[in-house]
Amino acid sequence: MANVNLRKLNIVLGGKSIIRDLDLQVEPGEFLVLLGPSGCGKSTLLHSIAGLVDADSGAIEIGGRDMTDADPSERGIGMVFQSYALYPTMSVQDNMSFGLKIAGMPKADIKRRVGHAAEMLQLGALLDRKPSQLSGGQRQRVAIGRALVREAQVFLFDEPLSNLDAKLRAELRRELKLLHHKLGSTMIYVTHDQVEAMTLASRIVVMEKGQVQQIGTPLDVYERPANRFVAGFLGAPAMAFVDGALDGAGRFTADDLSLVPGPGCCAPGVAGGPAVLGVRPEHVGIRADGALAGTVSLVEPMGNHQVVWIRCAGHTLASLVHEDSAANKYEPGQAVRFTIDAGRVSLFDPQSGNRL
Amino acid sequence: MNFHSIAQRLPADVAGGENVERSAVRTRRRRLTPARIGIYAFLFGAALFFLLPLYVMIVTSLKSMDEIRAGGIFALPLAATLEPWRQAWSTVCTGAACEGLRTGFWNSVAITVPSTLLPILIGAINGYALSFWRPRFANLLFGVLMAGAFVPVQVMIYPLVRVMALAGVFGSLPAIVLVHLVFGMPMMTLLFRNYYCSVPQELFHAARVDGAGFWRIFLRVMLPMSLPIIVVAAIIQVTGVWNDYILGLVFAGRENLPMTVQLNNVINTTTGTRLYNVNMAATILTALVPLALYFGSGRWFVRGIAAGAVKG
Repeated sequence: MANVNLRKLNIVLGGKSIIRDLDLQVEPGEFLVLLGPSGCGKSTLLHSIAGLVDADSGAIEIGGRDMTDADPSERGIGMVFQSYALYPTMSVQDNMSFGLKIAGMPKADIKRRVGHAAEMLQLGALLDRKPSQLSGGQRQRVAIGRALVREAQVFLFDEPLSNLDAKLRAELRRELKLLHHKLGSTMIYVTHDQVEAMTLASRIVVMEKGQVQQIGTPLDVYERPANRFVAGFLGAPAMAFVDGALDGAGRFTADDLSLVPGPGCCAPGVAGGPAVLGVRPEHVGIRADGALAGTVSLVEPMGNHQVVWIRCAGHTLASLVHEDSAANKYEPGQAVRFTIDAGRVSLFDPQSGNRL
Repeated sequence: MNFHSIAQRLPADVAGGENVERSAVRTRRRRLTPARIGIYAFLFGAALFFLLPLYVMIVTSLKSMDEIRAGGIFALPLAATLEPWRQAWSTVCTGAACEGLRTGFWNSVAITVPSTLLPILIGAINGYALSFWRPRFANLLFGVLMAGAFVPVQVMIYPLVRVMALAGVFGSLPAIVLVHLVFGMPMMTLLFRNYYCSVPQELFHAARVDGAGFWRIFLRVMLPMSLPIIVVAAIIQVTGVWNDYILGLVFAGRENLPMTVQLNNVINTTTGTRLYNVNMAATILTALVPLALYFGSGRWFVRGIAAGAVKG
């Protein structure tokens, strides 16, 4: 277990600034997820922590020691890559022990560690196979095993599940979480998949264009997004945005849509003026006695729930409907009444996009 | 990746379509249309065109000189004899000495083996360094190397002769190997660079995290997975070096003249009668090594090129 400290980190690749003045503290034993769209610099950031990309300026500290210019193998890290990156000509066993052999570890210790990792990942029967004889899920397990045997202080994951199909991805995601509970090591995990981020992370770092947009627990980031980018990136269907204005009494109005947001929406004592209302689909409820009126424009059945899209005064809101009964059958064009849970909405500044 | 998935999908698609079109295909195959007859005629003609000289060579090499003088170059030998082959191999005059082509054969072997191994090894190291370690000015270096491939050999012969003479190695085995090494470098580097460019960068990163350095990554990770491209490189280099004439003539020196040079001496002898049967046998003997290589490794060759293009 070790902490990771990034201070004023700058990374320039090919003359382009990828990471700008980034500060980040990773606590010991934490599962930190770097989340963002492709090209936001999250992978580059992870590679620079691993020492595979040189930092232009700033400092990287791992376990209290300055590692800014250290070789990847000296940093006490284990890394898992998206494409597995197993050595194709070596057996599973040799793949896992390659690094330990280079480090000059005695054979008995190597055997013990590889055996331990293989047992933890259910790879015992596959030790003599070549990577080409393994399925995708098994390959990624071997790649995780190769990181495990290093008994590293910090584990780095670079989109490890992106190459797997949906079912395996969910399975390995659970295994990774259990593994983290078991080992208690610090883990830094890069993904563009919000489900992985929400389920795995103890804290999420949302990144865009080389800069941190928000750091917080999954719930925090989801419930109180710091700006419109974070709000729109997390959640499916995405948060709906409604342009309107806030009056002095704290009432938000946009055409026919009007409500008094609860105290969680924004900083206390926020002044009136133009504002953007952010509403998550689960906070829009279709009810006969709802205060707001709209028309159903589209229904998307999802099996265990359905997404009903409602047009209301020129704005489109999504609503999640869970109960599957005859009363909850909606048709496009149908007029419905609905409510918005005013205590759970967010308000943003229309210019900067930041939370009010 | 894409190629793989397409290749994997294809058989399924074909199988699916087959049910519908099977009957149509069957009738179409049975009918011998005029177009099909034309295609076969053309292919047969082309095969004949390329095989006829070879046929004449083989047949002539098995005849006695009397039979050759009687004419009928397409006729099969009446009394087949291996004597011309024996002469070509061990007694024919290749200039002043009359020991046959075997000295030239062993000279060629002595030139070809190091002239294949060294360029492959150094080309692989070049390609590996260029695609993974990306030294400063890597692209410039590579560009200069490629530009070197377009300069005609003839332009460089005289300067190289002067340089070798100054270094005191002109006309020796190391000289000719060095020349082949230099001229083989652009192609070998290009082959390996392109092959390694298709290897995921993450594999290299994983080895770095595991603590492997420049040489260990090359020897333990990259080289073992380079077999397909090594085969391709070996075929290109062996045939190139074996078939070379001008470089061997100029740089190898009197003692190390390759088989091609000696073959030329045999055939261009101006004294005495022309021994056509021995000449034919000598020519086939000289061409045998590259020929055997192509026949023996054709499958590998195609597989290697495909692996280099598609992998990753």
